Amino acid sequence: MKKENTNKNISKKVTNKKNIVSLVLIIAVYILLAVLVENKILNRQFRSMIVPIGANIMLAVSLNLVTGFLGELSLGHAGFMAIGAFTGAVFTLNSNLPGLLEFILAILIGGIVAGLFGFLIGVPVLRLKGDYLAIVTLGFGEIIRSIINSINFPSGLDPEGVRIMRKGTMGLTGIEIYSNYTWIYIATVITIIVIVNIVNSRFGRIMCSIRDNDIASESIGINVSKYKVITFVIAAFFAGVAGVIYAHNFAIMMPTEFDYNRSINILVFVVLGGMGSIRGSIIAAILLTVLPEFLRETSQYRMLIYSILLIGMMIFNNSDLKHKLIKKKA
Amino acid sequence: MKKSFKKVISLGLVLSLMLLMLAGCGKKVEEGVFVIGGSGPLTGGAASYGISVKQGAEIAIEEINEAGGVKVGKEIYQLKLKFEDDEAEKDKAVTAYNSLMDSGVNAIMGNVTSGSTAAIIDLTKEDGILQLTPSGSAQELTKHDNAFRLCFTDPFQGVEMANYAVNESKYMTAGIIYDNSDDYSTGVMESFVNQFEANGGTVVAKESFVGDDVDFTTQLTSIKDKSPDVIFVPSYYQEAAYITTQAAELGMNIPFLGSDGWDGVLAQIVDAADLEGAIFLSPFLASDTAEETVSFVKKYNDKYKAIPDQFAADGYDSVYVIKAAMEKAGTIKNADLIKAMTEISIKGLTGDISFSANGEPNKGAKFIVIENGEYKVK
Amino acid sequence: MTNVIEQLINGLRTGSIYALIALGYTMVYGIAKMINFAHGDIIMVGAYLLYVFIDIFKLPIILSVVLTIVMCSLIGVFIEKVAYKPLRKAAPLSVLITAIGVSFFLQNASLLIFSANPIKFESIIKVNAVHIGNVSIAGITIVTFIVTSIAMVLLTSFIKYTKTGYAMRAVSEDKGAAQLMGINVNRTISITFAIGSLLAAIAGILFLSQYQSLKPTMGALPGIKAFVAAVLGGIGSIPGAMLGGLALGVIESISKAYISSQLSDAIVFSVLILVLLVKPTGLLGKNFIEKV
Repeated sequence: MKKENTNKNISKKVTNKKNIVSLVLIIAVYILLAVLVENKILNRQFRSMIVPIGANIMLAVSLNLVTGFLGELSLGHAGFMAIGAFTGAVFTLNSNLPGLLEFILAILIGGIVAGLFGFLIGVPVLRLKGDYLAIVTLGFGEIIRSIINSINFPSGLDPEGVRIMRKGTMGLTGIEIYSNYTWIYIATVITIIVIVNIVNSRFGRIMCSIRDNDIASESIGINVSKYKVITFVIAAFFAGVAGVIYAHNFAIMMPTEFDYNRSINILVFVVLGGMGSIRGSIIAAILLTVLPEFLRETSQYRMLIYSILLIGMMIFNNSDLKHKLIKKKA
Repeated sequence: MKKSFKKVISLGLVLSLMLLMLAGCGKKVEEGVFVIGGSGPLTGGAASYGISVKQGAEIAIEEINEAGGVKVGKEIYQLKLKFEDDEAEKDKAVTAYNSLMDSGVNAIMGNVTSGSTAAIIDLTKEDGILQLTPSGSAQELTKHDNAFRLCFTDPFQGVEMANYAVNESKYMTAGIIYDNSDDYSTGVMESFVNQFEANGGTVVAKESFVGDDVDFTTQLTSIKDKSPDVIFVPSYYQEAAYITTQAAELGMNIPFLGSDGWDGVLAQIVDAADLEGAIFLSPFLASDTAEETVSFVKKYNDKYKAIPDQFAADGYDSVYVIKAAMEKAGTIKNADLIKAMTEISIKGLTGDISFSANGEPNKGAKFIVIENGEYKVK
Repeated sequence: MTNVIEQLINGLRTGSIYALIALGYTMVYGIAKMINFAHGDIIMVGAYLLYVFIDIFKLPIILSVVLTIVMCSLIGVFIEKVAYKPLRKAAPLSVLITAIGVSFFLQNASLLIFSANPIKFESIIKVNAVHIGNVSIAGITIVTFIVTSIAMVLLTSFIKYTKTGYAMRAVSEDKGAAQLMGINVNRTISITFAIGSLLAAIAGILFLSQYQSLKPTMGALPGIKAFVAAVLGGIGSIPGAMLGGLALGVIESISKAYISSQLSDAIVFSVLILVLLVKPTGLLGKNFIEKV
């Protein structure tokens, strides 16, 4: 009881000071974004990247919850995104609700279905860890893609009013483009706020204690299994939401977009940004989404440069040089 | 408070820096130059298609500019190609398209792959710009009136092959191997099955694989068991080479039918005897003796040290189609160019081309048969 | 019945390649405790090296094979020194990402050198098929199976009976303690990578001889499949890698033939998950109880 009280006090303090600044910041950034987009100060190339950047931030931040805070390696995050994207898009293609309502429902449904699958994959998590878990999550991503390829999806009505069934491989087309900078901004901000709050709550501290030592955590009465599954479900939910928004940014969606390379890209955001650092994930997601566009001119060498940067950054992150620099700064 | 203030300042600085960077990239329109914006994969797994289209188009542009450019009404235009890499991915395709529009292109030759093209058709419609896809074969790509296609559609191919199988070769049972992770392969397969069954044939085995697979012995063994008259393999040349080689290893001698992706299969196969008698459909054949083809193949080989494939021919023809539309329209206004498209007809490397109002090309397909290790027009 | 046997042999054909690749995977994992995601790409490097030696430099086959194996080992050691050694004390995830970086690097470097177009290559192994009744087994399948079995036996004895093998096991148990006992940990890990890459080179040569075609991404999929095989068999266990590889090939083949060729990937991974649920460390993996 006493402990909870102190918690409350801390959180109250946080509400008073920091959060107001954050709120002002959030609104300021939105206004800036709106000015940039509406007045066409940002050119088209970069305007069209806002939604993918936001989606990548959501994916990175949610994966960070699993990998950075719970300490479990997941190579199947794109699978949850795919589930969200396909359920969301199939919903909007086949329902006749007014736009705004339809989109909000799609986001919720996509998120929830992905969350359900998060529960399904969360159960084996209880028994496996480390590299075994990594391969299971990778496998899970592949299972999802393989199944999506083989299902026929109802995808709206043709001009004669007959429902079209499209094989998953052929992807979905004619998806309404609902996503814009406002939607993605709101969704991204909500995701970040929710996850930051989870991390700073009692639940977040439990996650960290499981990461640091799960046996010790168990011994002090923490139900490790329960918390692991819940974390997976939350991360899957947000990945699903990101999928729905991403899906409604383009008229077309193919299952090949959600292969394991995508999962690895998301993981790269997290690791490069720093495990357990939400801010790091956000920055890494933005930089690594924009970077290839700047490297467009050198298209041939782009991936080579990217891979060298990746190796170099990982080595730098773990080098004495970095520690020295940090010390100097301090 | 102080710390947060610092944060706001630094954030502001970063953002204004970004703004500066972006504001710098404005439109630069040159006088007397008509810029064709192209987009296709130049890196990644599908890179060879994009590179071919780009190189084919470059040859055409060189030819036209050397001959004095394009006469549009009273003005003479030089052509210029601005080709972006979309890695055959749709988000890259959208940013690539937008970056082309930022730089002020006059027409879009793209994209090379179906998925990327589908991602931008609504955008080109909105901008009202002429779009001609050299090689995007999915049906819906030409649903808007500003969009045209130079190559065959997937369903067209499936239907043609099914008709050929039943009417010409009298094959009544077929086994199929297709790529279940690829929309082109699956699309051709579906229309083939429908038409083949409508023609009275029976599909006795339908086996699939997943992109990047290299071993097809399991699928082939299953098909071998049903001993069909023919095996239809809608795929790219790489898988075609694996499948035919492995069929020979298993001692099968059932004839093969392929799709236009088979073009180039001979260069991939160690023993050409494995391919003897295989038939596929293609609009272009590099070994053709027609004068235009010979000259194109020579120029291409001189410049890029490679034999052009169907994609290169598509790129080449696309540029000439756009040129014809410019001449016909007499202006380079988008709407006039689009209107002119249905009024032109050119003699291209991939056949005599004209366009219907629905954006599809009217041109005949060539059936190619492999005989004694060489492609022959049937 | 013939059909079933034929399909089993098809499974063996892919399975013995998986097993060979998985041996390298499991060896590096068992001793250096890292998932070397670039292992599949070393196979690609080996295949291209062989192609360069034989088709471009026109060297004799035996010399080319030896050169390929030696060069691949050196490249493996070089990669370890440059990319993995600085991360020896880092979190496993950092090492994993670096390995992914190495994998991207190798693929894109060969893309630049050789272009994305596939290159054909005539098999250097010409062994006639063996016929038993109605069933025939391709020569290359038999060769691959024998090579894999020999590699497994040699590797197991090497680790069990040689001095370097002792050192490897010690490093695997506890790097710090091994160092205190006077074992040169860096050297031991370098040797591990040399052997791992040597196995990858052999796998590359056999893979190329079986499928007769090269492209820069050729190593990626077999790499993942072999990783699955290694985990299935119990990663770190050498006989496990062999068992896992063969089992994976057979499961794939049987599910493609008799269940659904569309869903075979899903089936393979489901089997893997099921096995891990029942036996969390794989078929032949050691069970260990974690202590605090």
